[in-house]
Amino acid sequence: MMRGLLVCLAVLANPAAADALTRLDPAGSQVEFTYTQMGVSLQGRFRGLTGQASFDPARPQAARARIEVPVAGIDTGLAEADAEAAGKDWFDAATHPVARFEADAVKSLGGNRYQVDGRLTLKGRTRKVSAPFTFTADARGGLFTGQFVLRRGDFAIGEGAWRDYSLVGNEVGVRFKLRLDR
Amino acid sequence: MDPRYTSTAISLHWLMAAGLIGTFALGIYMHELPFSPDKLRLYSWHKWAGVTLFMLALLRLAWRAGHRPPALPVTMPTWMRRAAGGVHVALYVLMLAIPVSGWLMSSAKGVTTVWFGILPLPDLVGKDKALGDLLRDAHETLNFILLGLVAAHVGAALKHHFIDRDGTLARMWPRAMGGFR
Repeated sequence: MMRGLLVCLAVLANPAAADALTRLDPAGSQVEFTYTQMGVSLQGRFRGLTGQASFDPARPQAARARIEVPVAGIDTGLAEADAEAAGKDWFDAATHPVARFEADAVKSLGGNRYQVDGRLTLKGRTRKVSAPFTFTADARGGLFTGQFVLRRGDFAIGEGAWRDYSLVGNEVGVRFKLRLDR
Repeated sequence: MDPRYTSTAISLHWLMAAGLIGTFALGIYMHELPFSPDKLRLYSWHKWAGVTLFMLALLRLAWRAGHRPPALPVTMPTWMRRAAGGVHVALYVLMLAIPVSGWLMSSAKGVTTVWFGILPLPDLVGKDKALGDLLRDAHETLNFILLGLVAAHVGAALKHHFIDRDGTLARMWPRAMGGFR
């Protein structure tokens, strides 16, 4: 009886449902990207994700997310390119230190598949993005994995002499892995 | 017996000579450049040229296997014939080993070689920084050995032509450029 009352209070105190996952685990989260350089496919990644998110598989439409990615810590897959990527022509980390994704709507695609529609802000430019993702529940919480394709030109990533898409392709594949714990 | 190499062998020889000099010079030059779009382009071109030279070296070996080179001048002493043979074997080994070391280095550094941006070569080794650095040193060392051997090869050809006047160079000189005999 007493325990039941406490659960009730907890649910009332937390506007998200009691089952919602809300704690972002930075160690278990990362954003990978795939790009082409003169026909060569290369992979890089961002780590150190922060932000707030809430997801309850029973009520996906109530999900919220605001994820921030520090761009200075970019790993391009090429040691020489990392410093360049943080510079003015690319991510301009000094002026725009974080990339941000804000979810506007999440809907179920059936099974453990969902789709998120939201806004991605990179280098001060905001564009709408949609990404299908898969949610895998486990004992601690769950893992979200999904992907979408963006055009670096839409965000002025790689300006000046780097604008040439025959050198570094315009299309960049983005694969995200996000861990939320209870 | 025809005192000259076949025109195919002569064409391949001079094509590869030009390709090796150009690719070697490009390698030295691009290495010093600051990170930039041009540097990335030159690295790709260098790799494409290296793969092409590897293919040409295989083609030359296949051609040579079926076509005996013209005889050396009868005046040439045995030790000199052996030295010439040894240098030629070493040149062929390096013409194959240098592109292979570059290809492996590229894989170890995490960059697949994609010939002309179209045909990907398999990565025989995975991304490994220590191995990449080792292969870079190997690629560099092999290239400087090649430079030394090419200098000896050119020096010997010039000596045969201008001092011994024994017609050795004429065997490989393109007819189109005014044959010697």
